[in-house]
Amino acid sequence: MTIEVIKPGALTTLQDLGRTGFQHLGVPVNGAMDERAHRLANALVGNPRTTATLEVTLMGPTLRFHVDCVIAITGADLDVKLDDTPCPLAQATNVRAGRVLAFGKRRSGVRAYLAVRGGFAAAPVMNSVSLFTRGSYGGFSGKPLAKGTVIELVAPQTHVQKDSGTIHRWPAFDPAVLSSDDAPIRVTKGCQWLFFSDRAQHALQHEPFRITPQSDRMGLRLAGAELALTDARQVDSEAVSFGTLQVPPDGNPIVLMADRQTTGGYPKIAQVCAVDLPRLAQKMPGESLHFSLIDIDDAQRLLLSQERTFAAIEAHRDGNDRLE
Amino acid sequence: MNPDIAEDAAPAWDLIPSGETLIIVEIRTGDRSAANLIARAFAEKIAGASLPFVYDIVPAMTTVGVHYTPQHVPLGGPDVLPHRVVTDQLGKLLADALPGKRAVPRVIEIPVCYGGEHGPDLDAVASLCGLSTSDVVRLHTASLADVMLIGFAPGLPYIGTLDGQLAVPRRATPRTAVAPGSIGLANRQSVIYPATLPGGWNLIGKTPLQMFDPSRADPCLLRPGDQVRFMSITSSQFDALNEHPGGL
Repeated sequence: MTIEVIKPGALTTLQDLGRTGFQHLGVPVNGAMDERAHRLANALVGNPRTTATLEVTLMGPTLRFHVDCVIAITGADLDVKLDDTPCPLAQATNVRAGRVLAFGKRRSGVRAYLAVRGGFAAAPVMNSVSLFTRGSYGGFSGKPLAKGTVIELVAPQTHVQKDSGTIHRWPAFDPAVLSSDDAPIRVTKGCQWLFFSDRAQHALQHEPFRITPQSDRMGLRLAGAELALTDARQVDSEAVSFGTLQVPPDGNPIVLMADRQTTGGYPKIAQVCAVDLPRLAQKMPGESLHFSLIDIDDAQRLLLSQERTFAAIEAHRDGNDRLE
Repeated sequence: MNPDIAEDAAPAWDLIPSGETLIIVEIRTGDRSAANLIARAFAEKIAGASLPFVYDIVPAMTTVGVHYTPQHVPLGGPDVLPHRVVTDQLGKLLADALPGKRAVPRVIEIPVCYGGEHGPDLDAVASLCGLSTSDVVRLHTASLADVMLIGFAPGLPYIGTLDGQLAVPRRATPRTAVAPGSIGLANRQSVIYPATLPGGWNLIGKTPLQMFDPSRADPCLLRPGDQVRFMSITSSQFDALNEHPGGL
């Protein structure tokens, strides 16, 4: 009932939907960078959304399966092969014991999610198995995958449902929820929006920002027009969330991502919309992006629409499971 | 009763959405210590209400962050949006939040070995304050102080407000690595570093206690609202009590 790590990849970590309930103690949430891809991978293999998946970053691992199981891979296209055959993305796939799954060269995106039916076995730390690399806890013994790591599965089950295992036959997300790859990243106004100069407010909506190489799971550091305050002022640290766009004194914004701190002391100019965080999580350092401002009502409507589709997907899948 | 006084005493606050899943309660009062007291009382009040859509309540210096799941918010009608319902409910809840009966705080004693290798900035702090090092230690251990918030890193407490004579600024150049257990002092507040972290606070001592351990049932030694009493110990007592010989 194990998977053997032949090559670990650059950064392969176990992630679920995060470690909530401890932020008042300064404990970061962590969890999948692209929650939508994570949840779809789980849905494809019939797991609840809360089951952990492997988040594979850019250069992926090579894994040998010592057990029959059902897998699904979503998110980035990293040219995955099962033995020498291309492994389909966004589809439940049977894997027989003895076969080797190898991630190859990146074609699109940054992060792929590998779900296994039944889930990976790992001990929860503060109610989550998400790895927090800086804190060395969660995941498999507090670390990313390493060569020789042996991953235990909870309860592998084979057989793929006829109609439930293909994403293309599922209820589809509203195109406004997904939006196209090159569409601007939608944001709402941050708590300190009014502290910023007219020029800064204009630049955020109309000028490009480049993702710098100093970006990681904690935050995407952007470079572009300097976002200046009207007056120099101190802001007390306050709660931040996934997608908070904060601006340190140098004027270059940082988008806080999955491994963010619980509180931040820099003024917050904007907040990336929840439905656009997956697109941001799939962007490479060096890529440029634009932001566009929408209001919080529209942002919540988009999020509720996404959640309704997920609910329909899960109902559809469960319906098929019962028919088996 | 003078109505002006009554109005001054009532806490004023705003509810500001920070994206689709977070609302910031911002306490509007000039005095940060008073605002922090209200922030912690609000956080307790919100936690006590057990709202099913709220998953994290984060008190900070003068704010409370309320994280919620929009799809779990019961909506009254087709055009009602979750942030309005949550704002409404928080507004009603906080309107009668103060003055309330607050829970009796836990008092936690923190043994500290001051100065020497454990507190390399103690001499500099003393001279900045115009005090002797023993006066700094006496003032730091003199009275109970509140855990005002926990942030920056897992289990890192901000403790205050300390004696007015302990109003030193942070160091001009932060250290890249501060040892776990180190006690920082700046601006009448102390922090305790739970792990090896970068930091700009003046280091006046070190505690042998482990502030954060993810494997403990209760991973953090302190939580917001606790009261802390620092106690001076010798370096041999420190060695006897030391819980992290190899560092964290």
